[in-house]
Amino acid sequence: MAIKKEPEILLKASKINKSFGNFIANKDIDISIAKGEIHALLGENGAGKSTLVKIFYGVLKPDTGTIEINNSEVYISSPNSARKNGIGMVFQHFSLFPALTVAENILIALDKKIKFKDLISEISKLSKEWELFVDPLKRVSELSVGEQQRVEIIRCLMQNPKLLIMDEPTSVLTPQEISNLFKILKRLASSGCSILYISHKLEEIIELADQVTILKSGESIATIDAKKTNTKFLAETMVGKEITDLKKTNSISVTKDTALELNGLNKDKETDFGISLKNINLKVNYGEILGVAGIAGNGQVELMEILSGETLCEKDDQILLENKPVGFKSITERRQLGIETIPEERTLHATVPNLTIAENTFLTYFFKYPKANDIISNLLNNPHNSKIESEKIIKDNDVRCPETNPLANQLSGGNLQKFILGRSLANNPKVAIFSQPTWGVDIGAATSIRQKLLNLSNSGKAVILISQDLEEIFELSDKICVMNDGTLSKILPVAQITAEDVGLLMGGKLDASNQVETTE
Amino acid sequence: MITFVPRDKVSKNWTIIGPILSIFLTVFFGLLIFTFLGYNPLETLYQVFLSPFSRIDRISDIFVKACPLVIVGTGLMLCFRANVWNIGAEGQFIMGTLLAGSFALLFPSVETKFFIFIMIVIGFIGGALWAFIPAILKTKLNVNEILVSLMLVYVAMLFIDFIVRGPLRDPMSFGFPLSKPYPDGAIINKIPFPGIGYLGQLHYGILIILLLIPISWLFVNKTLSGFKINVLGSAPKAAKFAGFKQNTITITVLLLSGGLAGVAGVIEVSANIGQLQPEVSFGYGFTAIIVAFLGRLNPIGILFAGIIIATVKLGADNAQMSMGIPKVVTGLFEGILLFFLLTGETLQKYKIKWSKVT
Repeated sequence: MAIKKEPEILLKASKINKSFGNFIANKDIDISIAKGEIHALLGENGAGKSTLVKIFYGVLKPDTGTIEINNSEVYISSPNSARKNGIGMVFQHFSLFPALTVAENILIALDKKIKFKDLISEISKLSKEWELFVDPLKRVSELSVGEQQRVEIIRCLMQNPKLLIMDEPTSVLTPQEISNLFKILKRLASSGCSILYISHKLEEIIELADQVTILKSGESIATIDAKKTNTKFLAETMVGKEITDLKKTNSISVTKDTALELNGLNKDKETDFGISLKNINLKVNYGEILGVAGIAGNGQVELMEILSGETLCEKDDQILLENKPVGFKSITERRQLGIETIPEERTLHATVPNLTIAENTFLTYFFKYPKANDIISNLLNNPHNSKIESEKIIKDNDVRCPETNPLANQLSGGNLQKFILGRSLANNPKVAIFSQPTWGVDIGAATSIRQKLLNLSNSGKAVILISQDLEEIFELSDKICVMNDGTLSKILPVAQITAEDVGLLMGGKLDASNQVETTE
Repeated sequence: MITFVPRDKVSKNWTIIGPILSIFLTVFFGLLIFTFLGYNPLETLYQVFLSPFSRIDRISDIFVKACPLVIVGTGLMLCFRANVWNIGAEGQFIMGTLLAGSFALLFPSVETKFFIFIMIVIGFIGGALWAFIPAILKTKLNVNEILVSLMLVYVAMLFIDFIVRGPLRDPMSFGFPLSKPYPDGAIINKIPFPGIGYLGQLHYGILIILLLIPISWLFVNKTLSGFKINVLGSAPKAAKFAGFKQNTITITVLLLSGGLAGVAGVIEVSANIGQLQPEVSFGYGFTAIIVAFLGRLNPIGILFAGIIIATVKLGADNAQMSMGIPKVVTGLFEGILLFFLLTGETLQKYKIKWSKVT
């Protein structure tokens, strides 16, 4: 932590404005970052954080506003000119070429000419100096996500940056990797490099940052000393209202009746970029929430598809609903049997953006209407039939619509998610399976969605919650298991597992999982 | 610098103004080009756009010309709505015609007009079978349907050429590559109007349009199958989530569009040619792609688009005869029209913003 005497300002941005069409992403934002300071940028999704840092990095150009570095105004026209001004950035979605080696990836981004041999030794030197261990000759495709991030950081450090921008760096990391990253960032800051750190995770910001600027709807509403605040204050400032706590009473409702069971489920990946599921065993009882933790991209999508019935099992008895095999049942048949899935991707997967809400209701309701075995009335079954149901879903779930029967893409993320949830719950399922249900929705909507999950399990339903948000997993689940590289760990009651254990399992430490098992 | 800024909502005004404006702009730029080429612009305008309406028999010829375009275009609409890119309607047209025609030639003395209906069914099967090749390759082996369907057009062209020069050549044709004439039962008659007689080439075949347009409108807007096609086209993952089988839909739309192309071929040849010859289609299968898009993948739109394109084609014929303007001008007008329509479509979704160069 930098000892601050008279903070020397490195970057000062004044009156930054940027709009996309009618949408104002940034409005009159002022921000100044001192030398050697870790400055956090906090805000909900869509608050304008990414837009602002993309302006600093030259990816976007502001409509109006000025940026000063070391008290002289600069014009950042491209990432190239940002790098020349000493600004480096690590993106949320990495920009590495998977088929190239680490060294080659770094070479591509370098502006100066350098011999390959010197490059290797420089990479080794940097990675030793900053404890960013990575083999420069390895292919990026063979690296874990955490290692890839290290490559990105090294790539920035090669340019001797004065300011390092990090866009949500921890969303893909295990708790252990996160604490390593924080150590590195703090050392970097104390060596004089400023860090602009974007996040919506409050604990992280309190732990790491010196200053925190809060954005809301494109405006900068406060800059606070991060050492003199708490998460509750930050959250309420960010959302602009008081946050109600969840009413958690669920563990009472847990029963011993098995609802859904997966037995030795294997599924080979369908594309090169997929994950094969290996010997998955899972059991969820009525009245409980089973949390499936894990970093995204470890087979959650594939697990979701096989649970929903979008892909079928190799054997019928690999999935049992109330001890009856359903592995060969299609997604429609499973809906009829009472298995509802709420996928991660709200538009284009759970809904069709350019269709109306009634049509989107029809999407998962159509099988209810046809009169049995009558081809003609089945053929003439059309979205008009879903008008009444869709209106009921909208009313019951407090979905805010700009007009009656709007297109799905006219709803905000949170409202669309409320609609999707309501649509599934209106089928009165026995088992509800959620994937990242609060991803990208504002805190208010997230709280109401989490409360719905708790209510579901309280009313005796079985709930599976697949999420990479560890806080959410621990807050809601009765039992927890961890997904890593297509395998699922043993399921443990939430009282018998710590965040550290989960972190080790997320990182795929097998010996650690043995340890966890023995603690049972 | 020009930037395109997305509109909040599709502009209702532009939906109406767009197509009208694009027709005017097409006329304007067409005239400009002809002026530079040294033709009298007003006379060209008259010949290309108005002469087809100048006499009642000419007007009926517009419908005759539009008939195959609308039938094929309606089939293609189903494919394009499902994001299945059938570019080979021309080949399906030819193969439907060939199969139905070969069948008709097996019965040289059949007279009942009921025979036409059998030919239409066989034509449908012929076209559908030809479309089944890209369908099965796409669904089983993930082969791109654009390439397969397009290449099969050339196979079909050469195949019919071979058939009419070889196995089905009429020994009495003096060496011309022509089949024997169709039997009476395989000919679609012109419609006689009391007191007037025949109106140009207007034949009973165009009655199928009166059936096809409302049925296809109901199909895409009011049935579960039509809904499945729309969802698959807009969001394949959502189609999977809804439990719609992508492969079944893909195969269905390809078979339907191939079949309709075959039907169009049967009607066209039975009404206007009356025998098999190396060229039966004159590019209807390709032009119908433009018709489908001009009609905004909507049956009623396709009806109007078919009429517009047919008008320009006939007008270009007239212009060639009376002014010596090469017939390729049709292609020119189609191109300009499509260009402006697509521009109009962009303007429905985006507004243009001028900003100073920075």
